[in-house]
Amino acid sequence: MTTPVTTPVLDLRSVAFAYPDGHQALFGVDLQVQRGERVAVLGPNGAGKTTLVLHLNGILQPGAGSVAVSGLPVVRENLQEIRRRVGIVFQDPDDQLFMGSVRDDVAFGPRNLGVRGAELDRQVMRALDLVGMADFADRPPHHLSFGQRRRVAVATVLVMEPEIIVLDEPSSNLDPASRRELADILTGLDVTLMMVTHDLPYALQLCPRSIVLSDGVVAAQGSTLDILTDDALMKSHRLELPFGFDPHVC
Amino acid sequence: MGAAHGHRLHFHAHSPLHRAPAHLKVAALVTFMLVVVATPHAWVPAFVAYAVVLAALVALSGVPVGYLARRMVVETPVLVFAALLPFVATGPEVDVLGIGLSEPGLVAAGGLMTKATLGVLGSLLLAATTEPRDLLAGLERLRVPSQLVQIMGFMVRYLDVVTDELRRMRTARESRGFTARDPRHWPVVARSAGALFIRSFERGERVHLAMIARGYDGSARQGARP
Repeated sequence: MTTPVTTPVLDLRSVAFAYPDGHQALFGVDLQVQRGERVAVLGPNGAGKTTLVLHLNGILQPGAGSVAVSGLPVVRENLQEIRRRVGIVFQDPDDQLFMGSVRDDVAFGPRNLGVRGAELDRQVMRALDLVGMADFADRPPHHLSFGQRRRVAVATVLVMEPEIIVLDEPSSNLDPASRRELADILTGLDVTLMMVTHDLPYALQLCPRSIVLSDGVVAAQGSTLDILTDDALMKSHRLELPFGFDPHVC
Repeated sequence: MGAAHGHRLHFHAHSPLHRAPAHLKVAALVTFMLVVVATPHAWVPAFVAYAVVLAALVALSGVPVGYLARRMVVETPVLVFAALLPFVATGPEVDVLGIGLSEPGLVAAGGLMTKATLGVLGSLLLAATTEPRDLLAGLERLRVPSQLVQIMGFMVRYLDVVTDELRRMRTARESRGFTARDPRHWPVVARSAGALFIRSFERGERVHLAMIARGYDGSARQGARP
C-alpha cells in the first residue's frame, strides 16, 4: 500500500457503534478505500459487517468517530448527497426491489434525485444494459430468477452513478452460473467497489485488497491472497476456505 | 409462485373489457356498487337487470364462469352472516318447515346476499380483466392519494413473497409431520401466522432502509410513470 495522495472515497475513523439495546457492534473501526479500488470486507457472522455497511450512507450514525465519503462528512445535512455517492446493494433483492416493474424500480433512485422524462429513461436503460437486463425492463421483479433480481438490484444503485458501490453478500443464494455472471458484470464496471462477504473465493476473484473485520474492529488488512494464505490469522477469526479450495492455484 | 402472467386474480385474455382503461373500469364499478347498494330490497326487477348487465360483461370479457365462481368463495362469511339474520332478527315471524323465522330478517338476508354477490362478482371481474399495475395507475389517474396507491403497490409487490413464505413454512411444518386438520391444531397455525407477521414486519423495515439508501425522504415524489 502506498500512502494516499488523494482524498479517499471512504474514510472511516474510529467508528464505534452500539445498538439501542446496548449491544455494541463496532469498537473503533478505521478504514480507507481509495478511488478505483475493489475491497472485500471479510469476517464471520456477527462480526459487525452489516452494521458497518449501514454506517456508510448514514442509515446508522456512529456513536463515536466519523465517516466521510470523498471528503464529505456523513451527517444529517449531507445525507441526500451521501446516498447518491454511496450505492448499497442489500443481501436480499426482494428487500431492494419493491416497484411493479424493473424499469420503475431502477428509476426509483434517480427520481428521488429529481431526474425526470427522457433523461430518466436514458439513465435507466443504461444501468440495465450494464447488468445485461435491458430486455427485462417491463417485467415485474418477482417474476425474475434470483440471479436476475440481484443483477437488477445492482442496476438500481448503478443508475445513481455512485462513487462507490457496496455489496452485502453479493454471492449468497446464487447458483454457480449466476455467481460467475455477476462477477463478470462487477469486474467490468469502472467503479470503486466494496463487498462484504464470507465467500472467500469470491473475494479473491474480485478484490485485490481485503479487510478482516472481527469483533467490531479491523483485525487485519492487506492483499486478499496474503490474508487467505495466513493460516493463523484465518483460524483466529473464524475464516475458513471451502473444502478443496487452494488460493495459490487461482 | 402465482400464475405465469400478472396476478392470481387476473385472467389473461384480450377482450374489450381487458383493453378498457383501468380508471374507467374502477369508476364504473364504484358507480355500479353505489347504485346497487342504494336500490331498495323490494325492487326485484332492478336486481335482475343488474345481474343481466354483469352477466353480459362476464360474457364479453371471456373470463370462464367457473374461474369466477371458484373465487366467489371469499363471499362465504357474508353469506353465513346473512343466513343467520332470519334467526336473530325480530319482528313478525313466518313458519318455514316448522321453524319460526323473522320476516324482516328474511328480507334483509335476501337483500344482503344479492347485493354482496353482485359486488363480489363485479370486483372479481375488474380484478380478472385488469393487471394490478394498470389498476394502480388507474387509481392514480382518479386522484386517489398517492400514499394510498403506494401502499397498495407494496401489497401487490409483496403478496407473492409473503404467500411464498407462508407456503414454505407450511411445507416445513408438514415435513415434520404436522398437518392442521382440526381446531386443536390451530394454536400451531396461529404461531406460524405470528412468525410470518414478525418476518413481514422486519422485511418492511429492511425495504424501508433500502428505500432510504436510494434517497427516499418520505415525500410522494414518485408519482405515475411519465
